[in-house]
Amino acid sequence: MNRIVLSRRVLAGVAVAALALAGCSSKDDPATDPSASANAGGVAALTGELKGSGASFPNTYYQEVITQLKDEAKGLTVTYNSIGSGAGKKEFGQGLTDFAGTDSSVKDTDGVAAGSFLYVPTVAAPITVSYNVKGLDKLQLSADTLAKIFQREIKVWNAPEIATDNPGVTLPATAITVAHRGDASGTTSNFTKYLAAAAPTTWKLGSGDTVAWAADTQAGQKNTGVAQLIKAADGGIGYVDLADATDSGLKFASIKNKDGQFVAPTLEGATAALAGAEIKDDLSYNPLNAAGAAAYPITAPTYILVKPKYDDPKKAALVKAFVKYVLTDGKALAAELHYAVLPAELQAKALAQLDKIS
Amino acid sequence: MTVVDKTATLTRKDPGRHADRLFWALCVSAGLAVLVILGLILASMLQQALPALTKEFFTSSTWVPNDPDEAGPLHPQYGSLTFLYGTVIVSVIALLVAVPVSIGIALFLTELAPRRVRGSVVLLIDLLAAVPSVVFGLWGILVAAPALVPVYEWLHDTLGGIPVVGSLFGETVTSGRNFMTAGLIVAIMIIPIITSISREVFATVPNSDKQAAYALGATRWEMIKGAVLPHSFGGVVGAVILGLGRAMGETIAVALVIGSAVQITPNLFQSGYALPAVIVNLFGEASGDLRASLIGMGVVLFLLTVAVNLLARVVVRRAEIRMKGAGA
Repeated sequence: MNRIVLSRRVLAGVAVAALALAGCSSKDDPATDPSASANAGGVAALTGELKGSGASFPNTYYQEVITQLKDEAKGLTVTYNSIGSGAGKKEFGQGLTDFAGTDSSVKDTDGVAAGSFLYVPTVAAPITVSYNVKGLDKLQLSADTLAKIFQREIKVWNAPEIATDNPGVTLPATAITVAHRGDASGTTSNFTKYLAAAAPTTWKLGSGDTVAWAADTQAGQKNTGVAQLIKAADGGIGYVDLADATDSGLKFASIKNKDGQFVAPTLEGATAALAGAEIKDDLSYNPLNAAGAAAYPITAPTYILVKPKYDDPKKAALVKAFVKYVLTDGKALAAELHYAVLPAELQAKALAQLDKIS
Repeated sequence: MTVVDKTATLTRKDPGRHADRLFWALCVSAGLAVLVILGLILASMLQQALPALTKEFFTSSTWVPNDPDEAGPLHPQYGSLTFLYGTVIVSVIALLVAVPVSIGIALFLTELAPRRVRGSVVLLIDLLAAVPSVVFGLWGILVAAPALVPVYEWLHDTLGGIPVVGSLFGETVTSGRNFMTAGLIVAIMIIPIITSISREVFATVPNSDKQAAYALGATRWEMIKGAVLPHSFGGVVGAVILGLGRAMGETIAVALVIGSAVQITPNLFQSGYALPAVIVNLFGEASGDLRASLIGMGVVLFLLTVAVNLLARVVVRRAEIRMKGAGA
C-alpha cells in the first residue's frame, strides 16, 4: 500500500519536473535563437572542445563570456582554469591547452618557445589604491608618495608628502597600515612595475609577482584578503583590483598620472590608458603610467596566447571563433564585471592578429 | 575413506602454499612501495630544485623574489632560513600547547571518565580531526586573530618588561596574524591526533600493573606516574611525533594566519612565514629560479621531517633502555 503511494508521488514529481523543464526550454528557445542568428559569425554552428588555462585576473570575465557562448553554441565546450599566468603559460607551452591567459609577457623561462605564440589583448582593468581612514573621504596620491607609503618611509597619514598631494585637506594623525598580496600575483607585478616606472628614484623594492615587502606590512590572500585587511584597520591602505574593491565598499585614491592629473580608478580611465599606451608590433603593450590626461596610470593588461599554427585546422577555426567572440560579443559583459574594454583601434589590431592563426 | 581424506587435505595444502607465497610477495611489495615512492619523490624534487640549492639557500635569510627581467636595482636572492625559522617556531608553540592538553584528555578518557562521558568526548575529538584545515584557517583570520589581539597586548604589557623572556612578548601586529596565532591554530589541529593515539597507548597498560600500584598504596596520580606513563612512553612519543609532522606540514591554515612577513624575530606576536605557507602562496605564479627555490623548500621540509623522526627514534630507544634498566 505504502509503496504504491510512494510510487505515485514519485511519478507526480517526475511529471512536474518534466513540465517545468519543458516550460524552461520553450521559454529559452525563442530568447536564444534570435541572438544566435544575430551573431552573423555563425557561432551557433560551432562544435568541438577548447581548453585554456592561466591568469586568474580575467577569470570572472572569461567565465561569463564562456557561459554566454555556451547558450549560443550548444555543441562547443570551452573550459578555462584560472591556475595563474605562470602555470598557464607552462601548460600552453607543453601543448596541454589550446590557449592560455596571461597578465605578463612571455619570458624565456616560461616554457613557451619564441615564435610559437601570438598575443591577443582582451580586456584591461584598473588596480585601485584602496584605503580606509576615518574622516578622509577623498585622497590624492602621486607616484613618489605612493612608493614611500608602500616601502614604509611614510608611516602616518598626516605626513608632509601626503599633505602636499592633498592641499586644503585636514589629514588625521592615524598610523598607516600597509596591506599587500601574500600570494604571488599579476596584480602585485603590475602595481610594482608601475611604481618602478613612475617613481624610479624612490621605489627600491623592484618588481615582480612577489617582492621583498617590509616586515611591518601585512599580507592577505587574493584581492579579497587584502580588501579585508584594509577594512579591518583604521589607517589601512593597499592595492586591490576594481571589482573586489567595489564589492568590499572601499574608498579609492586618485593617482597622479604622467600628465600631472589626479585620476580616479574607473573603466573609462583604464580605456584611456590603453589608448595612450605604446602598442608593440606583437601587440604586447604596457599601459602602466601611460600618457593622456584622462588615463588612470595603474592599469593592468591581460592577453590570450594562441598558437600561430595548430595541427588541426578545425581547432584553429575554433580558437579563432572563440577569441573573436571574446573581443566582440563578449564586450558587452565587461563593464558590469568591472573590466575595461579595448579602445577601437587596439580592438581592430587584435582582431587582425587572429587572421594569422592557421 | 581415509585415503580419500588424505588426498583431499593434500590438494588443499598445495594452493595454500601458493597463497602464502603470494601473500608474502604482496606484503613485501607494499612495504617496498613506500620506500620507492619516498625515494622517487626526493629524487625528482632534488632534480627540480638543483639550480636553487646553493650555499646561500641554506644559510641566508635574505629573500628577494623579484622578477629578474624587470628593471630594478635588486638581484633576486633566495634564502630559506626565515621560512625554516617560522616553521620551527610554529611547531614548537603548537607542541607546547597541544602535548599537555592531549595527554590530559587521553588520561581523562582512559583513567577518570565515566563510561557514558567517554563515548561522547571521543566522538567530539574525532570530529575535530575531521574539520578541514582551511576552515581552521578562515576561523583563525576572521575570529581568532582579532579576538586574540587584546590578549597579546595584555601579555606584552605584563611580561614584555622581563629581560630575555620579554623579547618573546613584544609589540603585537594589529591584525593578530602572527607566529602565536598560527601556533595555537595548529595546536588545535594536532590535539585530536595526539589524543587518540595516546589514548590507545594508555589503554594497553596491563591492568595488573595498575592494580599492583594501587596495592602498594599508590594514589591515582602515583599510579599514573608509576605504572601508566613509563609503560606508554614510547607510544606517546610516537603520537607527539605524528602530531609534529602534521604541524610542520600544515599549509593552508598557517598560510592564512601567520601574516606572510619575511623576518626572523624572537617576538612571537609579529607576523612571520613558514615553509609550506610560502610554497602554497607563491608556487602558482612561480617560474625559473623562484620555482626551483620553492621546490628546494620542499626538500628542506622533507629533510626536517626525516631528522625529527630519527631524533624521536633515538629518544624512544634511550628511554626504553633506561626504563628496562630501572625495572631489572
